[in-house]
Amino acid sequence: MADRYIEPDTPELRARWGNFAWTPENAEKAKDVLSRYPEGRQRSAVMPLLDLAQRQVGAEENTQGWLPIPVMEYVAAYLDMPIIRVVEVATFYTMYNIAPIGRFHVQVCGTTPCMLRGSDDLISACKKRGMKAGHISEDGLWSFTEVECMGNCASAPMVQINDDNYEDLTAERLDKVLDALAAGETPKAGTQEPGRHTVEPVGGPTTLKDMVTENHDYRGEW
Amino acid sequence: MALADKDRIFTNLYGFQPWNLKEAMARGAWDGTKDILAKGKEAIVEEMKASGLRGRGGAGFPTGLKWSFMPKEPPKDAAGNPKPSFLVINADESEPGSCKDREIMRHDPHLLFEGALVAGFAMGARAAYIYIRGEYIREAEVLFAAREEAYAAGLLGKNACGSGYDFDVFVHRGAGAYICGEETAMIESLEGKKGQPRLKPPFPAGAGLYGCPTTVNNVESIAVAPTIMRRGAAWFSSFGNENNRGTKLFQISGHVDKPCVVEEEMSISFRELIEKHCGGIRGGWDNLLAVIPGGSSVPLVPAKDIIDCPMDYDGLKAVGSGLGTAAIIVMDKSTDIVRAISRISYFYKHESCGQCTPCREGTGWMWRVMERLRTGDASVEEIDMLFQVTKQVEGHTICALGDAAAWPIQGLIRHFRPELERRIAENMPEAAE
Amino acid sequence: MPKVKVDGVEIEVPQGATVLQACELAGKEIPRFCYHERLSIAGNCRMCLVEVKPGPPKPQASCALPANEGQEIRTDSEMVKKAREGVMEFLLINHPLDCPICDQGGECDLQDQSVAYGRGGSRYDESKRAVTTKNMGPLIKTTMTRCIHCTRCVRFSEEIAGVDEIGAIYRGENMQITTYLEKAATHEMSANVIDLCPVGALTSRPYAFEARPWELKKTIGIDVSDAVGSNIRIDSRGREVLRVLPRVNDDVNEEWISDKARYQVDGLTKRRLDKPFLRKDGKLVAVSWQEAFSAIASLNPGNSIAAVAGDMLDCETMFAAKKLLGALGSSLLEGRQTGMDYDCSSLAAVNFNTGFNDIETADAILIVGSQVRTEAPLVNVRLRKAVKRGAKVFLIGPEWETTFGGEFLGEDLSVLNQLPQHVWDALLNAKRPAMIVGGAGLGRGGLEASLSIASQLKLVRELEDGSTWNGFNVLHLSAARMGGLMLGYAQKGGIADLVAAAPKVLLALGSDEVDFTKFANSMVVYIGHHGDKGAHAADVILPAAAYTEKNGTYVNTEGRVQLSDKAVFAPGDAREDWTILRAMADAFGVSVGFDNFEELRAAMAAEVPALGSEGLADYGHDLPAGGGSASGVIAYPIKDFYLTNPIARASAVMQQCSAELLHGEEIAEAAE
Repeated sequence: MADRYIEPDTPELRARWGNFAWTPENAEKAKDVLSRYPEGRQRSAVMPLLDLAQRQVGAEENTQGWLPIPVMEYVAAYLDMPIIRVVEVATFYTMYNIAPIGRFHVQVCGTTPCMLRGSDDLISACKKRGMKAGHISEDGLWSFTEVECMGNCASAPMVQINDDNYEDLTAERLDKVLDALAAGETPKAGTQEPGRHTVEPVGGPTTLKDMVTENHDYRGEW
Repeated sequence: MALADKDRIFTNLYGFQPWNLKEAMARGAWDGTKDILAKGKEAIVEEMKASGLRGRGGAGFPTGLKWSFMPKEPPKDAAGNPKPSFLVINADESEPGSCKDREIMRHDPHLLFEGALVAGFAMGARAAYIYIRGEYIREAEVLFAAREEAYAAGLLGKNACGSGYDFDVFVHRGAGAYICGEETAMIESLEGKKGQPRLKPPFPAGAGLYGCPTTVNNVESIAVAPTIMRRGAAWFSSFGNENNRGTKLFQISGHVDKPCVVEEEMSISFRELIEKHCGGIRGGWDNLLAVIPGGSSVPLVPAKDIIDCPMDYDGLKAVGSGLGTAAIIVMDKSTDIVRAISRISYFYKHESCGQCTPCREGTGWMWRVMERLRTGDASVEEIDMLFQVTKQVEGHTICALGDAAAWPIQGLIRHFRPELERRIAENMPEAAE
Repeated sequence: MPKVKVDGVEIEVPQGATVLQACELAGKEIPRFCYHERLSIAGNCRMCLVEVKPGPPKPQASCALPANEGQEIRTDSEMVKKAREGVMEFLLINHPLDCPICDQGGECDLQDQSVAYGRGGSRYDESKRAVTTKNMGPLIKTTMTRCIHCTRCVRFSEEIAGVDEIGAIYRGENMQITTYLEKAATHEMSANVIDLCPVGALTSRPYAFEARPWELKKTIGIDVSDAVGSNIRIDSRGREVLRVLPRVNDDVNEEWISDKARYQVDGLTKRRLDKPFLRKDGKLVAVSWQEAFSAIASLNPGNSIAAVAGDMLDCETMFAAKKLLGALGSSLLEGRQTGMDYDCSSLAAVNFNTGFNDIETADAILIVGSQVRTEAPLVNVRLRKAVKRGAKVFLIGPEWETTFGGEFLGEDLSVLNQLPQHVWDALLNAKRPAMIVGGAGLGRGGLEASLSIASQLKLVRELEDGSTWNGFNVLHLSAARMGGLMLGYAQKGGIADLVAAAPKVLLALGSDEVDFTKFANSMVVYIGHHGDKGAHAADVILPAAAYTEKNGTYVNTEGRVQLSDKAVFAPGDAREDWTILRAMADAFGVSVGFDNFEELRAAMAAEVPALGSEGLADYGHDLPAGGGSASGVIAYPIKDFYLTNPIARASAVMQQCSAELLHGEEIAEAAE
């Protein structure tokens, strides 16, 4: 819930990121992104490219990634658009981290559907571990944000940690996930409810039961 | 009333089977698409109109009619060349309670791509952009991969499906802004700007993406189109009540025993839906307090009104709410109802784009008063004032976010005013002395 | 022409009008904050809501709604009243209401409209939002807590100035207007956002806490910092000019002025010449008027007298000097101080014939030797509009940062001798082709070569609608230039002719750009207002009035004759220029034919009738054929936009702008 602020532009920041440029791999990806939009509309690519840049920063520092000012300037120059417009975009959309971030960005959904299913417990569990909005834990592992509805309401409550969702959580289940991540493991993403596959009712689907075991073709029954 | 599995469109809804092209085709996706296109634009639009499909993104505008708004003759640009048209598919599923498009995209993406081609062809679009919310990271990965499959198989791109029609589909990821689900904000965002809704007119069908004719449709509306075309308008319109036709993905969250997403017949009653698929209300029907039946932006409905209500546009309108995206948030009597609504108010404050005055200033004000009402730190007159403030926001903004922020509070005050007053009264003695 | 009903009264409105415009035509006031005639429609403040039928049963933003046949518009209904009250309340809940310490007080849209349309009191019981103040440079003072997010400033910088440097970052109630990293706004028109800001978020930094609007005397004037002739309002208190604001004139400056026009005025109180001086033993010594005149008269120059007019001079001063020299038998008049000697026999050949308004409609433009942005920022705005409408622009001269794109063809005038084929074709195929020759493009054969191109391309032509299009333009830099040329301030050989004549007395009329070393043997009599270069070289200084201190006639680069009024008195012993010249005539014992200002003006109008009436002077459309070849690398005359004239050079604000914005010096923070 914390207000967001752009990490100040300092000489240190310039020294660290002033020479930012796409890695060869990302340069290819950037070209591919540009090709999705009509000629002369390359500005449309600013969102995917900011994401790409954020990921590249993340890969370099082994964090979720964020957007230092010089990196935003690089993207602006790459797209030949005014830097202020890039900053507008980066500050408008919440998925762009505009300040440094930890290795794992624990984003607990706190909106009503998750709240009704116990997201308070998840937030407490995170706080118990010392996570605080807008801060990176001392070991550099954790950043925490209470986020708005992530669209996993039928498997609430949930957290998104970097690219993966962990659903049907309880405080204990979340602890397990966090412990696994801290230990360098890759916990199973998706629902943490034993026996549940995705968003079918717990205990097995009430519809489309044929599909559980085979790729059933219903057309014959039309 | 019971929808048979054979009449369900999203047969891989739960992802028990792979999403890939081979398996999707085995389930019936991309079946006879070329023949569908061969019927011609007009015939497709007519069939869609006849099916009675209403937009599944929340507003419920008839889909076929929307397609017919696209200009027959493309407008010309400054140089006199015809402008291209675009289909934009709204996959920015962010309405609290909504979680259906995610299942379509990660488990049956080919139905969406096929639908994009059918819809795009019907409206003469040059290309479609699927705008998927940024937080759907894995889902977007599936879309990118499925798109590759479809292109490799010649289903999209030049001469799509051998139809002679060139049609491209691109995937564009958002980056965390609920407001981009509003169609003109989505277009702005696609153009690389902040997602701030545009003034209408001009409407997107006249001047949308890059100033070109554009139609924005919800994922579900698009993904059901190929099956409707295959099985016919009569089949689709055989489900649901008059004016509320078809099958629908319902998403039930909150205090039911088994929350889930399920495809059911429109107009199914709330009781039947919950009994059949969700294992009932947590603690039994007597424990039901209220339901938000269509995602966070519709007013809540108290238990007595909802239980036997048909879950469709008109049925829910009759109880002072709406179907929205059919995202049903169930609240039992353990719920702190004021907090539940206040949290929604916070959501709208957080997601207001900041462009226009009533929403920018009003959402924050409403949330702050709601928080005080939650603890009773308010006066009774402030309930009326809050109601007036919601009325000052509602209908005064550029887009519907202002309305969406106002309605939940109005619903709360309408149905739970005694609860608000009780909290104030309980808080009073301390304050009074 | 759709017919609509506004509050029951039927009126006809122009095609394409908005509901807001329809209401205005019907004489109804529609409150607004974000809407501005010259900016794109944002529709975000929601203050202009009205009730419109047919339409949804809710109020509509009238600024964005097209007026359609048969609409019934209500501005006086309960719905509208409620809507306005509601929006006003929202605007005020997070506004600090610090009017007593706000410079906008007394001329604040928010203040005025809250009185007219707001509720009596506030119902907001929460904490107000506080927003950190942003740096926007030496001219714009910000108090962002007062901002109501109308985005006029954002739209101005993007659309009008063409320098995308202001934006709205973050979102929702945290949205904040800022420049990138709070860097100073750097373009030449930046301070116009102060006028646009409907509240006290952006106010004038140099004018901060100087005065309240109701204390000020408002005088109509003409700006002299360039040759555009921007219409200004001079706000003064007592003997001091406190600020300059633009006046609306759609034909000239629309409603903008350059930062220099606005902010050089603090220079009017600094380095002023406020008493006569006489050089005695190499030193300038203060003397009486009597002594100064005696010293000049004692030289008894006869017809060995010449006059050089400075860049900011009014026609009356030039006419008075002309008459004085004429009475003495001399016609050695020149205004082109730096030595230019282009042919002025045809005024049409050295005028901005197309006009500022019509240049917007040109579809292909060739600019020769003009850095339009610094030489005439308001013309630059017009060029940007032309490009937005599809015009192609080509430029000859060293590259500069245009705000409208354009293709640079080379730095040397010789490009004119053989234009690239595609440029030629573009101009040839254009319906409304235009050339703009700047000061740096006039010499070394540039004017003649340009005229030759003009005649080959038929820049003077009849348009489809039967009107005449004259696409040939000269863009001068000096406010006095066209007036001076009309009064004969041009020798065939330019100022060199004056040097060659070696006059006993040289009248330097506010001329500070002359190379006075060439007049080492002349007595230089400087009649002007600032202790600048001219005064330093002078043997006699006669203190005169600046443009705000006298009535005057000015002719802009389009040949537009405009009048400026006297706002304040000149300081000390300084006098209005014409009276000095009239007194000098007495000292010389000659008659100039006028004894007061009215007689002077009448005499001037009799001699040059065009100067007698406001509006465009008619120079005809016959352009000389030109010819010959041009060569030489173009060098733009303006090295420092903020310091182009003696007033600006004396201005602390302009010096600060120059230091911070052009030379990147650190912002000088107040020490405490």
